[in-house]
Amino acid sequence: MPLPSRPPAIPAMTRYFVKKAITLLILLFLVSITVFAVLFALPGDPAQIILGINATPETLANLRAQLGLDRSFSAQYFGWIGGLLTGHSSMSINYDMPVFDLILSRLAVTGPMALMAMVFAVVISLPLGIYAARRQNRTGDVTVMFFTQLGLATPEFWLGILLMLLFAVHWKLFSAGGFPGWSADFIGSFKALLLPAFALGVIRAAILTRLTRSSMLDVLREDYVRTARAKGLRERTVVYVHALRNALVPVLTILGLQLGQLLAGAIIIENVYYLPGLGRLVFQAIGQRDLPVVRDIVLFMAAAVVVVNFVVDFAYAALDPRIRVK
Amino acid sequence: MRRLLKRFFSNLNFSLGFVLSFVVVAMALVSLVWTPYNPNRMNPRDRLQGPSISHPLGTDQYGRDTLSRVMTGAVNSIIVGLVTVAIGLTVGVLLGLAAAYYGRFVDEAIMRFSDLLFAFPAVLTAILITSVLGPSMINAMLAIGVFYIPIFARLTRAVAQGVWQQEFVTAARASGIGEWAITRRHILPNILSPLLIQGTIQFAVAILAEAGLSYLGLGTQPPNASWGRMLNEAQTFMNLSPWMAIFPGVAIAWAVLGFNLLGDGLRDTLDPRMVKVR
Repeated sequence: MPLPSRPPAIPAMTRYFVKKAITLLILLFLVSITVFAVLFALPGDPAQIILGINATPETLANLRAQLGLDRSFSAQYFGWIGGLLTGHSSMSINYDMPVFDLILSRLAVTGPMALMAMVFAVVISLPLGIYAARRQNRTGDVTVMFFTQLGLATPEFWLGILLMLLFAVHWKLFSAGGFPGWSADFIGSFKALLLPAFALGVIRAAILTRLTRSSMLDVLREDYVRTARAKGLRERTVVYVHALRNALVPVLTILGLQLGQLLAGAIIIENVYYLPGLGRLVFQAIGQRDLPVVRDIVLFMAAAVVVVNFVVDFAYAALDPRIRVK
Repeated sequence: MRRLLKRFFSNLNFSLGFVLSFVVVAMALVSLVWTPYNPNRMNPRDRLQGPSISHPLGTDQYGRDTLSRVMTGAVNSIIVGLVTVAIGLTVGVLLGLAAAYYGRFVDEAIMRFSDLLFAFPAVLTAILITSVLGPSMINAMLAIGVFYIPIFARLTRAVAQGVWQQEFVTAARASGIGEWAITRRHILPNILSPLLIQGTIQFAVAILAEAGLSYLGLGTQPPNASWGRMLNEAQTFMNLSPWMAIFPGVAIAWAVLGFNLLGDGLRDTLDPRMVKVR
């Protein structure tokens, strides 16, 4: 008698992905509800803010109806989130343009700056971390660890101010803030982002150097590294080919999880250097009571943190099968 | 007790951290009864001075003494550290204990709630809170404290889950001791060391976060002295008086380094796994 055919087993990776994706969607929904609810509770009438104190009750009522402020909480929430999902974001009160377009234009500053900061962080931390691990407890290691402690204790914006003091005020090699715009002056724009990205990157590098060092030390104690050495491979091959690849997995994870801190740092550093990025936009929007801008940018940043965490979790599971089995 | 102290002080991180943080705490305490000058009194004749015998750290744009303001800024930073850790610790430990004890749906719900809070870095929470309630030191502390809740909740849950599975807890249950009594007698003492270590490190992070928020104008409001706010004011006068941009930053880095090293030292000494590795 033929055996009854069993339904094909769902691969562990797919099951893990679906489970994580559902959690991600729920979390994004909760994030959007939180942002909306907090700003919904805000005292003050946005219509009044737009029209000023001399507006007549009729014009106020008209504008409230036009902005949808006279609708219920759920109607306003679903109107807002539905608009975002279909590509129709709210209008900025102050800039009179869709917030989505505003975010895109400002990302042209924040995006490259964050990317440059990450490049600085990786370029500084990997060699230093490997160097410190190979000289564990010797002078070189202790010196590197001392500087990473200093890095962890230094506020990014203070480092930004010090760099400005040195390179812009004292040596006059850079401008003390501002951003000419990519199309107007590409080199100038790149130069304008160098110091703030360096300030952001060096602080990230302090964390990543410590992590690379400890991860490298763990891997260097593994049996396969001993085997590689026993086979007579050159030390350089053992460290850079065999050990580094495995040591990098936790480092890459933390690199991804650093995004939240990087965005938080960007908000402050953009204000130090007067850069027209997302951080400065949201900061100015608070002062101008431009709520659609505050709401959409906070949602954008929080959603970015959640999505990157999801990608990191997923990538980690793809690299390490033990995670998805758990 | 003497043996414990000897063990702590034989650790370099702890000793160095203790000395650095002691200076900050002592400076804050002294400033409550004495500062070289009134930190908020303006003196236009002495404005933007460099370090001198009468003003060891110089003066700001209003002629206020920087040393006196750095000293009172220490009080501000310590209050922020204490309050934010207290908020995170109280709510986080309760949530973590509940998640570890009840498991299943409660655990899942609390963990998703902490995921939600994690999505908002302190600056973002501060922006949200400030938009609603306006900028103030209390709102900045609230923002940082809320960000700490998931950190302490996850830590408590992880450690408490491990302790609940220990044999001595099973034995205590079998002998008829109530769940609350087990939590009080066995679970809490076991999670105390990791909480103390994490609390010290988050104390340092709070000083950094408050400085950043005050720099943006979302934290401590003028004329009260805050190290972050002082750096904001210094930036405008950087050309004329670079000193203004140096000392408040040194104070922040000093305090954060001190409490970070103290936390590292506590971990080296109190965490048995670390001791075993050594």
